[in-house]
Amino acid sequence: MLGKLSWAAIPFDQPIPLLTGAVVLVAILAVLAWVIIAGHLPYLWREWITSVDHKRIGVMYTLLAMVMLLRGFADAILMRAQQAVAFHSQGFLPPEHYNQIFSAHGTIMIFFVAMPFVIGLMNLVVPLQLGVRDVAFPTLNSVGFWLTATGALLVNISLVVGEFARTGWLPYPPLSELTYSPGVGVDYYAWSLEISGVGTLVAGINLVTTVLKLRTRGMSYLRMPMFCWTTLASNLLIVAAFPILTATLAMLILDRYFGFHFFTNEAGGNIMMFMNLIWAWGHPEVYILVLPAFGIFSEVVSTFSGKPLFGYRSMVLATMAIFIISFMVWLHHFFTMGAGPDVNAIFGIASMIIAVPTGVKIYNWLFTMYGGRIRFTTPMLWSIGFMVTFILGGLTGVLVAVPPADFLLHNSLFLVAHFHNVIIGGVVFGAFAGYTYWFPKAFGFRLHEGLGKAAFWFWLVGFYVAFMPLYAVGFLGMTRRMQHYDVAEWRPWLMVAGGGAVLILIGIIFQIMQLVTSIRDRAELRDSTGDPWDGRSLEWATASPPPVFNFAVMPDVRGEDAYWAMKVQAQQQALEGREPDYRDIEMPRNSPTGFVCAFFATIMGFALIWHIWWMVAAGGIGAFATFVAFAWRDHDEYVIPAAEVARIDRANLEQRRAALSLAGGT
Amino acid sequence: MTDATLAFAEADAHMQGAVVAHDGPAPKRIVTGYGFWIFLLSDIVMFSCFFASYAVLLGQTAGGPSGAQLFDLKGVAAETACLLLSSFTCGLASIAADVRSARWYQAAMAATCVLGLAFLALEGHEFAGLVARGAGPTRSAFLSAFFALVGCHGMHVSAGILWLLTMMAQVFAKGFRADIMRRLLCFALFWHALDIIWVAIFSVVYLLGSAA
Repeated sequence: MLGKLSWAAIPFDQPIPLLTGAVVLVAILAVLAWVIIAGHLPYLWREWITSVDHKRIGVMYTLLAMVMLLRGFADAILMRAQQAVAFHSQGFLPPEHYNQIFSAHGTIMIFFVAMPFVIGLMNLVVPLQLGVRDVAFPTLNSVGFWLTATGALLVNISLVVGEFARTGWLPYPPLSELTYSPGVGVDYYAWSLEISGVGTLVAGINLVTTVLKLRTRGMSYLRMPMFCWTTLASNLLIVAAFPILTATLAMLILDRYFGFHFFTNEAGGNIMMFMNLIWAWGHPEVYILVLPAFGIFSEVVSTFSGKPLFGYRSMVLATMAIFIISFMVWLHHFFTMGAGPDVNAIFGIASMIIAVPTGVKIYNWLFTMYGGRIRFTTPMLWSIGFMVTFILGGLTGVLVAVPPADFLLHNSLFLVAHFHNVIIGGVVFGAFAGYTYWFPKAFGFRLHEGLGKAAFWFWLVGFYVAFMPLYAVGFLGMTRRMQHYDVAEWRPWLMVAGGGAVLILIGIIFQIMQLVTSIRDRAELRDSTGDPWDGRSLEWATASPPPVFNFAVMPDVRGEDAYWAMKVQAQQQALEGREPDYRDIEMPRNSPTGFVCAFFATIMGFALIWHIWWMVAAGGIGAFATFVAFAWRDHDEYVIPAAEVARIDRANLEQRRAALSLAGGT
Repeated sequence: MTDATLAFAEADAHMQGAVVAHDGPAPKRIVTGYGFWIFLLSDIVMFSCFFASYAVLLGQTAGGPSGAQLFDLKGVAAETACLLLSSFTCGLASIAADVRSARWYQAAMAATCVLGLAFLALEGHEFAGLVARGAGPTRSAFLSAFFALVGCHGMHVSAGILWLLTMMAQVFAKGFRADIMRRLLCFALFWHALDIIWVAIFSVVYLLGSAA
């Protein structure tokens, strides 16, 4: 009846996951109870859960990423604490639990923190920058978000029901095969990524179509803000790379569930095929994450230097070059696995070549700052912190791209330090820069600057204190994923690294305080101009938060810095009060399709993990019925009458005129 | 985005006469079709992984039978005929929908459905025969890759038939509405894409496999 599921799946003998699970469960129930008792449920359902507005979905993606960041960071601090104490001792985490923690940490940080964070920011910002009213497929957008949430939910369920994979964040066979991983851990991993992978693919298709087909009048390709270009490249990579992940995990699933022999040791299975396939997805994935961050830095640096981006065309070219080359370097993840010197040399050279366009970008940002009137706001601090940190990470990357050096450094903590150096220094700093930069656009008030700067400094210093020692222990020969060790020379470095994790924790606490304080003081932090940073692209041409239709009249673009030229002109015109010609606007209706579909996907995923076949069928039928019901509806749009558009826009303009004249007019 | 929204920018009075390099958002039908093409490309990437794994594992028969000993080209020819014909009838359904002929549309879609089911029946028969001879997917890595690749296509055809039936029902219940016509466009693209993938399977798996 319940497949492999029984009471034995609940880890009653392991206090850490059980207690954590209990605390989280109580917290979730408390929040739910508060929402229901305070009567917020109809509001949440109407305005958020069923929303197909790209801004709302973007905010929910970002929120998911931040919540999951706490989970992933809890894993990180457990690992650093374990390694700080596990010298000649077992520490406090038994091996089977420690292995689950490092696997969950990597999986969560990549798939459920970094991915939803950048997808959330792209969702929120790109339609605004392109001057349009929504993404190409609003309902599918909602489906994509909720499927990502399903994946995150399944990973978290594994904490208390059953176990998570002990195979690392990429489940290399034969360890991940049924023979060596008979539990449900790898199944949790595979199904949560299969489901959230569909969500990511949907988001990718949606954003590619949006950028290529839905730009406002005059927004030719070479007038798009840099963030739109990096969004395009990143989402093209999603479309081209995520199906590889889906196929690879499907093969692993076939091996585990039906006794196929794709990656087994017996009957001709080929383990190296898994390495090649997973990294043919995995390396582009790195650029899927970091390209949007590059876009964010381009926007931030140009805005806070008060200058157009230096070398815009070379930036576009560099982005597209990275997009192409990112598919030609995957083998550098396993130089040591016997490909031979010629193949290794080619992939080593390709890996070094990809550093060239990245270098072009760094110089472009530096020259954008050169001669500019730089304002050191929080987003700008994250950007400068990124430039310093990312150059270091890029250099160690070029170092491990040299095959002979890689033979020494492969699988050591040097490698762990390298990829945290680029992912924290690049993606995470970028995500935080974007979060601070676009927060006022999403909510209409700024985040507290002082606390934001404090958070930045703790993160930056904490990062160096946590990861520079790992480079050192890597050189001292420490391999990754060690539950305990007995080399005395490593210990001081690992204790320092543990201290770094604590500094980052303080940074995170400052970020939480920043959010809470800013919500409390939102009246003082209010942005009534719609343009709190003196921005340079179209998202700053509308109110903060933007009305549901984004632009009362769709903008016409006449230059690269779309808003900048318009703004100077418009500030005078707006004050004179020339009224545009308002028309009726049709907007897509809200739809519970995404939420309901993800509900059935959760049931189906859980049932597949535990081999509860009747429940798999029930979930599948439910999901199909949801789509038929969606196809059947007669009204998928509603009209906002011209008078209402005019009312909203006039109120916004009035507010902005007042704010502008307060600021000294033109 | 909606047609009305999209037309709005063009009708905006102060934009008249402005020299622009880009005319604004594309019409909805173009956007939908374009998005679906992108999806098809991603689907083809997924198939290419299964093709690649088949190529890698082709020789790994683990002492079991090879393709030349297993494949029955007559059955495969019949499958191919069914699928290619179904693409033709699917094309007829698109033409019927364009001229708003519900009767011909339903007839052509029903024919497509029957041909698709015949294809699936033939494939199921082939698979069952292989398993009965001890040449199931667990026998060797070669057979794993074979069943996964051909089976993945079969799953796509099955999903396509479910979609086909809902498209017949939608037209029956709602008529040739603009949104249903857009879905029909996507369905037709999907069905033809499956045909293209089958041509690749037929050539790479069956023809090359029988010759070897």
